[in-house]
Amino acid sequence: MNTLMPYLIIGATVFTLGIFTIIYKKNAVGILMGVELVLNSVNINFIAFAKFVDKGINGQVVAIFVIILAAAETAIALAIILNIYRTKATVDVTELNEMKH
Amino acid sequence: MEMKEILFYAIAAFTLFSAGIVAFAKKIIYSAFALLFTFLGFAGLYVYLGADFLAVTQIIIYVGGILVLILFGVLMTQKIYDTKAIIAHNSLWFSVGGGLFVALIITALLVKNVWLAGVPKAFAPTTEAIGKAILSHYLIPFEIVSFLLLGALIGAVYLARAEDKEK
Amino acid sequence: MITLALYIWLVPLLAFGIQIFLGKRLPRKGDWVSVGAIGISFVLSLIMFVRMLLNYDPNFSVHTSIPWIDAGNFKIAMGIYLDNLAITMAMAVSTVSFVVHIYSIGYMEGDPRYSRFFAYLSLFSFSMLGLIFFDNLFGIFMMWELVGLCSYLLIGFYFEKKSASDAGKKAFITNRVGDWGFLIGLLIVFTTLGTFTLTDIQTLVAQGKLSGGLLTAAGILLFAGAVGKSAQFPLHVWLPDAMEGPTPVSALIHAATMVAAGVYLMARISFMLSFDAMLVVAYVGGFTSLFAATIAITQNDIKRVLAYSTISQLGYMIMAIGVGAYQAGFFHLVTHAMFKAGLFLGSGSVIHAMHHAMHKTGVEEDPNDIRLMGGFRHKMPITYYTFLIFSLALSGIPFFSGFLSKDAILGGTLAFAMAQSNPVHYLLPIFGFTAAIITAFYMFRLIIKTFFGEPKRPDLYEHIHESPKVMTGPLITLATLSIWIFFTLPSISPFGSENSWYYHLIKKPASSVSAQLGHPVLEIPEHIEHAAHVNGMIISVIFALTGILLAYMFYYWKKWDVEAFTNKIRPLYDLSYHKYYIDEIYNATLVRGLLLWNNILAWFDLHIIDGIVNGAAFITRHVSRLSGIFDLSFIDGLVNAVADLTRDTGQLLRKVQTGQIQFYIFGALAGLVLIIIGTLM
Repeated sequence: MNTLMPYLIIGATVFTLGIFTIIYKKNAVGILMGVELVLNSVNINFIAFAKFVDKGINGQVVAIFVIILAAAETAIALAIILNIYRTKATVDVTELNEMKH
Repeated sequence: MEMKEILFYAIAAFTLFSAGIVAFAKKIIYSAFALLFTFLGFAGLYVYLGADFLAVTQIIIYVGGILVLILFGVLMTQKIYDTKAIIAHNSLWFSVGGGLFVALIITALLVKNVWLAGVPKAFAPTTEAIGKAILSHYLIPFEIVSFLLLGALIGAVYLARAEDKEK
Repeated sequence: MITLALYIWLVPLLAFGIQIFLGKRLPRKGDWVSVGAIGISFVLSLIMFVRMLLNYDPNFSVHTSIPWIDAGNFKIAMGIYLDNLAITMAMAVSTVSFVVHIYSIGYMEGDPRYSRFFAYLSLFSFSMLGLIFFDNLFGIFMMWELVGLCSYLLIGFYFEKKSASDAGKKAFITNRVGDWGFLIGLLIVFTTLGTFTLTDIQTLVAQGKLSGGLLTAAGILLFAGAVGKSAQFPLHVWLPDAMEGPTPVSALIHAATMVAAGVYLMARISFMLSFDAMLVVAYVGGFTSLFAATIAITQNDIKRVLAYSTISQLGYMIMAIGVGAYQAGFFHLVTHAMFKAGLFLGSGSVIHAMHHAMHKTGVEEDPNDIRLMGGFRHKMPITYYTFLIFSLALSGIPFFSGFLSKDAILGGTLAFAMAQSNPVHYLLPIFGFTAAIITAFYMFRLIIKTFFGEPKRPDLYEHIHESPKVMTGPLITLATLSIWIFFTLPSISPFGSENSWYYHLIKKPASSVSAQLGHPVLEIPEHIEHAAHVNGMIISVIFALTGILLAYMFYYWKKWDVEAFTNKIRPLYDLSYHKYYIDEIYNATLVRGLLLWNNILAWFDLHIIDGIVNGAAFITRHVSRLSGIFDLSFIDGLVNAVADLTRDTGQLLRKVQTGQIQFYIFGALAGLVLIIIGTLM
């Protein structure tokens, strides 16, 4: 709690789970959730370093930006997913393979 | 072991467990709610790191904004009348392999690096400091981000508009 | 002098070149080209001859030589050597050739290959003169072959007749047998002495570089060439058949010049003959002279009689060289050239008249056959008188040139026999004198049957007439040259010729063999020489007159019956008439043997050689088939396998493109891990 390492470990674990989710989920929204996990883990990494290593609070500023960008990105992603749902009546990413061999 | 420490580990465990449920849940709605709890857990952790503004921002934006959007997405893309079991996941080992690759890299980084000792800091409110930083050092990113948000807004509206003319 | 010789030699070659290519298109078919060329040669030889007479030096000689082949140790030089012998010979050859050229204008008139005939005559003149002028054996050999070629071309001139073309082949092949010996002799000389030039050989043999058995062998082998060329036994068979050629050819080549080339060669190499070689030469010559004379008695073809006579006379000349009577032998060569050519031209005149008569009367018989003639002297007086002069010369009657030369030979053989301790050598003069009687006999038999008595065929006799002047002119010229006086000057005695220009200028060369051995090869004391000559002269005159008498008894006065006598000696007559069956023997043994050998070799070639070749082809075909299979299956299989591998790998790899993004993420992560592991290593 008072050292850097636990926060880094938490960050690493959540990151791994996030990558796992991205690969594991067939539902497009599920993948989006995975992306959110990854972004959160990155945030905690930045904030942990801001507290323990950095002189100022640069890490926190970056974390804010990450949050902003995550929001924007989620909005767009969902718009896309809704579009896909409208055209193909499914959000199963394994069905979205028209660029295959 | 102080109360703070026990609470810290509890929140950490809670966060990780929620993240696990997000990953492994078969129904997507379970994943969505688990994600909610993950965000809350993160917010708690931010508090332990002295990022008070960020903790609140996390809850407001992530939970209040992003998660709502995700829930919308989940609910609007469900086939209610579809009773047959949808295989929700790809091959497990495939994914575990991918995860392991990442774990491997990060573990290697964590282990091999000598992390700097750092400066012990007092818990101070950060809002003012963040505000100052955004408007001085991080001005350009701030402006660009505002453009980005504008673009995202317009884009999202455009992409998701209803196609009444074509029908 | 050398330039004169070059002109004399090369002008006929130029005429040959012009005649053979342009002859047909020239006016009068170009006979004037050849006649003009040989005329120039004749005049220039005459100039050379007169110069020699004015010089009157028995040791005169001019010699030039240029290196022809010079390759390290192998050197052959070519050159011209003019001594009295060569100049006299050139004079004789060009005279007879010139006379024959003019005669041919009349004889060959109307022949479809008229221009070619003159081209060949020019080529022959060139070759014969070259043979005379060259100073080395190699050059002589080259010209030797060339005259053989001209003989072949001219004998087979009427090549549509099978007998004529066969005769040409026979002449060339028989000559070749002799030339084989000549060549081996040349090789012996060259390998031991390293040079072909006669003057060099003379000095080297005297030094002993070539001696003993090898020297004798070389002499005999070189003589083998003369046996072939001068038609001595056993290579005489071609000369009677060579009468198939036109009569001018017989006169020029087979009487006067080419056949004399053998005697000329023997004269040229007489200095290197050892005693044994000389014996071989003498006996071959002697035997031939008698042998041929016995055949001539029974022949009915006018040219055959003269052919065998030529063989016989050549035997005389060869025998003379063999017994060391060098001057006598060459003398007879010159005189014989004149009167024998004359005899042939005269017989040609008779045959020409017979042809004409047969053409007129439509008779298809042999125009040469003397049994169809008779009494021609009334119709062809010039031919008759010249023929008579030539026959008297040949028979060896005084007041004619032949007597001087023949008597010299007979005297020489007698001297030789008397000087040797072994009495067997008396065979040589016996051969000579016996042949003399027989010669006189058959010549006058010929004259009586042709020119005397009643015509056997009055139908032909009616159309017989004298020949034109182009033909009788040469006859008169040669007849004049057969009178004694030209050969005895400055003496005018018909008997003694020791003071004549001939005996002064033509001297026997010193024998190198004698110099080598240290003692004379042949030694004939002066008194024996003299006795032999005087005795020989008396005996030869008696024998000649006897011979003529016998002929008259049998054929003119008919005192003795020819038929009855013939029947009494029927076996001998048959042998003589059929030429001792020599041709038949050669045919059965050599010809058949060679054809058998040819068949064996042909079988070998066809079955074994061709079999091997076919076998090789067979093997190649099958190997190629196997290799084709290998190529098709293995090589193509390899190539196809590579292509298949590529295709299958591609098929495998394209499965990467699943179209699923999560798969790509996985792949990217895997790659990232690998890179990091790589960099960390």
